[in-house]
Amino acid sequence: MAGRHGHGVDAVSHPVVEVRDLQYTYPDGNPALRGLSFSVAQGETVAIVGANGAGKSTILLHLNGCLMPQAGTVRIGDFPLSKRTLPDVRRTVGMVFQDPDDQLFMPKVQDDVAFGPLNLGLPADEVDRRVMHALSIVGAAHLKDRPPYRLSGGEKRAVAIASVLSMSPTILVMDEPTSNLDPQARRRLIELLKTFEQTIIVATHDLDMAFDLCARTIVVKEGRILTDGPSREILQDAVLLVAGHLERPLRLQGCPVCSPPG
Amino acid sequence: MEKTGSSLLDLTYLDTLSDQDTPVHRLDPRVKLLTTLLFIVCVVSFNKYELSALLPFVIYPIVLVALGNLPLGYLLKKVLLAAPFAFLVGIFNPLLDRAVLVHLGPLEISGGWVSFASIMLRFVLTVSAALILVASTGFNAVCLALEKMGAPAAFTVQLLFLYRYIFVLGDEALRMLRARSLRSFGGRGMALQVSSLMIGQLLLRTLDRAQRIHLAMRCRGFDGEIRIARQLRIGGRDLVFLVGCSAIFLFMRLHDVPRWLGDTAMALMR
Repeated sequence: MAGRHGHGVDAVSHPVVEVRDLQYTYPDGNPALRGLSFSVAQGETVAIVGANGAGKSTILLHLNGCLMPQAGTVRIGDFPLSKRTLPDVRRTVGMVFQDPDDQLFMPKVQDDVAFGPLNLGLPADEVDRRVMHALSIVGAAHLKDRPPYRLSGGEKRAVAIASVLSMSPTILVMDEPTSNLDPQARRRLIELLKTFEQTIIVATHDLDMAFDLCARTIVVKEGRILTDGPSREILQDAVLLVAGHLERPLRLQGCPVCSPPG
Repeated sequence: MEKTGSSLLDLTYLDTLSDQDTPVHRLDPRVKLLTTLLFIVCVVSFNKYELSALLPFVIYPIVLVALGNLPLGYLLKKVLLAAPFAFLVGIFNPLLDRAVLVHLGPLEISGGWVSFASIMLRFVLTVSAALILVASTGFNAVCLALEKMGAPAAFTVQLLFLYRYIFVLGDEALRMLRARSLRSFGGRGMALQVSSLMIGQLLLRTLDRAQRIHLAMRCRGFDGEIRIARQLRIGGRDLVFLVGCSAIFLFMRLHDVPRWLGDTAMALMR
């Protein structure tokens, strides 16, 4: 694994994300989060895993104020999440949604990547610089004049990430970044994310990615945290994983060809 | 995705056409938009029996198609696709208006037929002009031009979003149709009632998506105004095109050029 994970859990003393007793009930009365707490340090990579409906996406939506806590608190860097700090929080936390079609709404790729910086009120040449920089990071500079609906799934995902990077967030939050990607596009994305300096928080079912990318894993079950610790330990603990409606990452399971089960 | 787009409205192909680099494509979108609008106003404002004075206007689409390297056959097909509407509008004229207007030797042509032909000609001219505008400019640039010329932002933003998401919506509708037809055996399940339920479903999905898009926009600092960082510049050639075209259109609007040519020819022969 990359060296960047070295300053992981022991740096918790200075968290960039701090969630305390967070609770949230959806308007239809369905309780999504029943009081969970965790904090993330600068530069950490954290996977949030769990069954469908365990509350992963709801947690993510709280991290940049798409949802406001009904009880408990969320702190991003120096800001407690509230209506007043929303612009600062959103500048700090870049959110990559699961469906790139929801995120790429502008007519051209470069307009989309420029959308955030323009809303920050940056001057035109600075916006241009940021757009090209963000696109080149994700290897999509050649797509800048294309309309988003004519991109492949992998290209869309790359551009969606660039559209968030252009605001220079220090924290990246992603919902299922590897969903609907072909294996090579998925591998490229993982390699790309490994090179990022930002703090990364991903919600995913792709446990192999969690194993590859994230030093730390948080298992969520029914709106509570089941366990929170180093991915290497958690993702090998079969009993724990089954309790969270999960299983060991495929590459940690026996090879069906060389050692057939039974 | 692309396939749906093209089978739906062939919009993607129109977009590809607008990616070219020809003298027509290089013109400022605002200039092309204004010229097209003036062309349409000139063509539409003739009286209902006018035919001969309309003919010279054919030059504009022909010249643009040639200079802009646009596929004539494709554009004609698109025009034909919309033709039934104009046909329905005009087809009752020959029935209602039977007064003989033109004598061509033994042939007597009623005013209804003349106005019908006039309607069809106007239709072909205006629709092809609009298609050429989009094919040589691109839908987004047309929206941008509209906004720069002072159209309300709410209107242009709606247009942009419509164009962006029509593909996504078409895809979604297609998937639902496919799912239904796969499970509708022998026509059962294809009833009107099911269709209305599906349209409702599609609306709900669209609302859901709209909410997610809005969320994604808010996350990136959206405050109700869409800012597009692109400068348009009107150069000398743009002005020449605009002034030249306007002068020609107005001249053709005010003078019946074919009749004038005919009269001159007759006078010379005498």
